[in-house]
Amino acid sequence: MSDTERHTISVLVDNEAGVLARVIGLFSGRGYNIESLTVAEVDARNALSRITVVTVGTPMIIEQIKAQLDRLVPVHKVVDLTNEGAHVERELALVKVKATGNRRVESLRIADIFRARAIDSTGESFVFEISGSTEKLDAFIGLMEPLGLVDVSRTGVAAIARGTEGI
Amino acid sequence: MASREMTGSEIVLKALIDQGVDTVFGYPGGAVLPIYDAIFAQNELRHVLVRQEGGAVHMAEGYARSTGKVGVVLVTSGPGATNAVTGLTDALMDSVPVVCLTGQVPTHLIGNDAFQEADTTGITRPCTKHNYLVKEMDDLPRVMHEAFHVARSGRPGPVVVDLPKDILMGKGAYAGPENFPHRSYRPATKADRDRIAEAVELMAGAKRPLFYVGGGVVNSGPEASKRLTRLVRLTGYPATVTLMGLGAFPASDPQCLGMLGMHGLYEANLAMHDCDVMINVGARFDDRVTGRLADFSPGSKKIHIDIDPSSVNKNVPVDVPLIGDAGEVLGQLLRAWKARDPRPDAAALAKWWKQIDAWRARDCLNFADSETAIKPQRAIKRLYEKTLGRDVYITTEVGQHQMWAAQYFRFEEPNRWMTSGGLGTMGYGLPAAIGVQVAHPGSLVIDIAGEASFLMNIQELSTAVQYNLPVKAFIINNQWMGMVRQWQELLHGGRYSESYTAALPDFVKLAEACQWTGLRATRPDELDDVIDAMIATDGPAIADIVVEKEENCFPMIPSGAAHNEMLLGPDEKAEAPVSEEGMVLV
Ligand SMILES: Cc1ncc(C[n+]2csc(CCOP(=O)(O)OP(=O)(O)O)c2C)c(N)n1
Ligand SMILES: [Mg+2]
Repeated sequence: MSDTERHTISVLVDNEAGVLARVIGLFSGRGYNIESLTVAEVDARNALSRITVVTVGTPMIIEQIKAQLDRLVPVHKVVDLTNEGAHVERELALVKVKATGNRRVESLRIADIFRARAIDSTGESFVFEISGSTEKLDAFIGLMEPLGLVDVSRTGVAAIARGTEGI
Repeated sequence: MASREMTGSEIVLKALIDQGVDTVFGYPGGAVLPIYDAIFAQNELRHVLVRQEGGAVHMAEGYARSTGKVGVVLVTSGPGATNAVTGLTDALMDSVPVVCLTGQVPTHLIGNDAFQEADTTGITRPCTKHNYLVKEMDDLPRVMHEAFHVARSGRPGPVVVDLPKDILMGKGAYAGPENFPHRSYRPATKADRDRIAEAVELMAGAKRPLFYVGGGVVNSGPEASKRLTRLVRLTGYPATVTLMGLGAFPASDPQCLGMLGMHGLYEANLAMHDCDVMINVGARFDDRVTGRLADFSPGSKKIHIDIDPSSVNKNVPVDVPLIGDAGEVLGQLLRAWKARDPRPDAAALAKWWKQIDAWRARDCLNFADSETAIKPQRAIKRLYEKTLGRDVYITTEVGQHQMWAAQYFRFEEPNRWMTSGGLGTMGYGLPAAIGVQVAHPGSLVIDIAGEASFLMNIQELSTAVQYNLPVKAFIINNQWMGMVRQWQELLHGGRYSESYTAALPDFVKLAEACQWTGLRATRPDELDDVIDAMIATDGPAIADIVVEKEENCFPMIPSGAAHNEMLLGPDEKAEAPVSEEGMVLV
């Protein structure tokens, strides 16, 4: 078995009922991995949504995933951002931390280092908003854990190619 | 583009007619009664009333595969739709174009667990090429036409259109197919030119070449078979054919090595194992063909023609993918081959053919005939010989008889052979034969059946009678689920658990009860007469051929084995017992 790779794939689809179920059903039915999946309409005039899926597999499986996605009827385009070269990936997380005293101060200090913003606070808690790469979010959440991590909500990865070209 | 207001049901029928549909296989129920009203009011579309919705889909498959047209099914909501699921999966696996219209509860009741509500689009999403739920009247004409476009374009497949009753009863405007070019689904049909050149180079330099011909050639249409035949003859290379491709290349051609795969011919499998250049035309490296993947055709460069990019590099990495319609790409290859006018290595080819002839000399389909019992192989061989030269279509059920039919019945043309390959659906053959007969009323249509499979859609006997369809059922009756028994004998220590059908019906009496003609042969000397009588029967007939009960189907590549490890006959035992990895394979 060859080594597995992590790929970020953008899929442009018709924004119609069932399209997400088709994509997810494809992954579960054929035993592919989903590390993260995001979807939202990106072109209201043409009713197009963009799905960003992060997946892991051998090069042969990654090729399969793209070919299988591409043959779904409502799919317009499949782009493997990892293969295409330079692209940026961002994820956003809302992180709730319950802490008082020193730990409360420490959580604020770390948030500052990570450029996370406090968007809600009570006497004994914060909700931080942080965006960046998946690794950065993982690191931030890891540091919050011992300080009183209560809750995390993440968006999953949104990604786009660098440069002038559109999908 | 808008015309006068019509009801949803009228729009559905008008769309069917504009799509060239002449026959619908269906079964009524509450949710589709409005369509049945519309059917009642017209004479253009023929409705064939089946006996169970599962039968309807197989009929549509038989109709589609013998004509190249889209087969159409109409069923009600809930149980009507769920009964269609097996047939839809079958059509998906074998790439058969089918449009299945399902009734649905009215839109305002969807999600309420209403009477006969089922989440039909949810249930059928993984077993269709695409499906639709029509929630707006305005979408109906577009969806109807798109469904046909999707079913027949690219790699064909089944499409479900779920039709809520309020849509069927509502009013709207109709528009014809020309108004709806598809937004996203337009599969490529021609292969890349550079790739064609690469393929021709590879073919020209081959020393041990082999064409590997699959059902994609049949799906592409008769012209693809003609081009394939021209290319194979032009090159002088041998060709082997898959179960789904039988007829795509004429069996009588000296360059035809016959079927390959688990029960394929010795010469075909060994040629596959030893070839140095493989030209796959519309086949998909199915596990029934490849055997143990690691040892599948280990020394060959592989060219793969397929219209479905997801079939390429799925199981077997290939060197030159040619993505496109088999017929188109074969045309490109033919032109490129002629233009380059290569001189393949004659000495190497002569050696290759000599090797192939040595394999052929093993005569792997030879079997020990018997004076006292009818051997199943012989029954099918005689059926073939006695129908030779006739306008004949063959369907099968699933099991040993299916494999014997594939081995001993020889096909010269595409669209003459209908079998459930990918899904292996017992009960396919009888309804499929009925569908074929509907499309070809004057032809001889025979379901080569096993007695166990035949019982799975036995209710359709009555459909054949209602429409005067003179289909023939040629039952290879061994009283066993023979293929299951064979696996139990060879792989499970002879533990014949639940593979014997006690209390089988008397098929002759059953035929008579259903207004069919019933015939039976139990001794070898009765076989020919019964075949003659069956062919001579004007109406539908069952020929119950009582055969040797415990015959096994050879050659056989045991599961998990490689092509050069095949068992040729009952006296051979596998060299090593089947591996653990082999045992878990189906
Ligand atoms: C619907 C379905 N259920 C079970 C099977 C598994 N199966 C494959 S062949 C077979 C036995 C078929 O028996 P019969 O129709 O008598 O054919 P024979 O092998 O005896 O020729 C069975 C049970 C199947 N293919 N399809
Ligand atoms: Mg049997």
